[in-house]
Amino acid sequence: MIKVLQAGLYTSVQDMGRFGYRNIGVPVSGIMDSISAGFANALLNNDKNDAVLEITMHGPSLEFTLSTTIIITGAEMNPALNNIPVLNYKLYHINKGDLLTFGRLTKGLRCYLGVVGGFKTVNVLNSRSFYAGITLKGFLQKNDTIGYNKEIAHKNVTNPVISNKIQFFETAVIEVFKGPEFELFTSQEQKKLLSNMHTVSNQINRMGYRLEEVNVPHTKSIITSPVLPGTVQLTPSGQLIILMKDAQTTGGYPRVFQLTEKSIDIMAQKKTADTFNFKLL
Amino acid sequence: MFQPTYKPFGESAILVEWPQEISKEILNDIRLLVSKIEAKKLEEILELNFIYHSLLIRYQSNKTNFTDLKNKLQLLYEEKPAVIHHLEETTTIWEIPVCYDAEFGIDLSFLSAEKKLSIEEIISIHSNAIYTVYGIGFLPGFLYLGGLSEKLHHPRRDTPRMAVPKGAVAIGGNQTGIYPQISPGGWQIIGKTPISMFDIKKDNPCLVVPGDEIKFKSISKDEFEMMALDCEKGTYELKKAKGND
Repeated sequence: MIKVLQAGLYTSVQDMGRFGYRNIGVPVSGIMDSISAGFANALLNNDKNDAVLEITMHGPSLEFTLSTTIIITGAEMNPALNNIPVLNYKLYHINKGDLLTFGRLTKGLRCYLGVVGGFKTVNVLNSRSFYAGITLKGFLQKNDTIGYNKEIAHKNVTNPVISNKIQFFETAVIEVFKGPEFELFTSQEQKKLLSNMHTVSNQINRMGYRLEEVNVPHTKSIITSPVLPGTVQLTPSGQLIILMKDAQTTGGYPRVFQLTEKSIDIMAQKKTADTFNFKLL
Repeated sequence: MFQPTYKPFGESAILVEWPQEISKEILNDIRLLVSKIEAKKLEEILELNFIYHSLLIRYQSNKTNFTDLKNKLQLLYEEKPAVIHHLEETTTIWEIPVCYDAEFGIDLSFLSAEKKLSIEEIISIHSNAIYTVYGIGFLPGFLYLGGLSEKLHHPRRDTPRMAVPKGAVAIGGNQTGIYPQISPGGWQIIGKTPISMFDIKKDNPCLVVPGDEIKFKSISKDEFEMMALDCEKGTYELKKAKGND
């Protein structure tokens, strides 16, 4: 298992999410940036749905008690194994007692730690994804432990197929489709939403990203209706909220855009003060 | 018959919308379409959920596309059902026990003064109505209920409470609801149910589904304590006032 020596800012176990429970109000949860986490599982030869650790902004300190092979993907957080710097997108053998730490965040917001076979925390409603109220905890705390299966014989570690140059999330273009209420707004208002530069505010979490600017204040209300990860809501004050994986399943604000699946992954790596534009597909 | 509209919602979902109003006629029309879709067991459909006047259908984008699925759904909507559905007759009505004791109903006396109704009258009005579950959202197991008597409509508190207890039964605007877990909330609290609206320890954490109906049953504090114990032991079973097993 892994012993959590320091928890970091927000570290949680995530797989692809909890599907099939929208009708009783259960958020899908799951990996925020599925492209990066997908690389981790693919390079470890894991199943696509195997659970990884999602590490946000400030990484944890972790001690391994069983041998395995690990990989780190996504955001660049200057990880070190036993105080020796290691690279993202590269496989490393782990022996009992090895210590993994993280340093300063230099690119993106979330990185993913994968182990051979994935993490084996409790499966609730067909998913291991942390979500407070469904699983016991929403995030890891100091002295927690996370199980995984021991790798009996280390696999032959070849050079990584993927270099650490994959920075798909360093774009300032977020591709969107029209949301169900896009047409409720005048063409001038639509143009404003599409041409304005948007800034990520400091109110960001796994539920959603609130954006800084006041775009189009309005008085349009809708009857509560389903929302999805990637739904962009326009609040009456004119601020935009991009719903993410832990978002509730229904909402009452006009839904002006819907992010593409890839743009959700890109958004997951944006942090406070990052700027971007929407591009309508 | 209505004329629902079909909109793409991202890469792999369709939003079907009925006229912008809250009505049982619309809810039942959605339920009828849902029952037809479910009877077809379409493999490309991953998940359905509906609330008020909209139905969301998540599909596998490698097995179908918006236009094909929309056409399929339109045909299905117009198709006469093989069996005539008597939705009203088959609707399940759940009985939710509520203790309206002043210990739990902390806003009852305030509401009584505001509405110029005795506390007994408030309890009687609240527990004699049948409420329709128009959808579930906001929190796991939070029911959007329709059917609150106008006599009990009351605005939310100016300052929301930081922590409304799990099981609190409350009134907010023209709605009534049950908090399925401890959460911040601005509704006026009138009582508490000892049962869990959402119990993660159960295979089926939430028995009530959109389209069902519920009734509140006033219980004493003694009954509350007993039921709370049964719930903790996992031996309490939610009662149906009406419905099939």
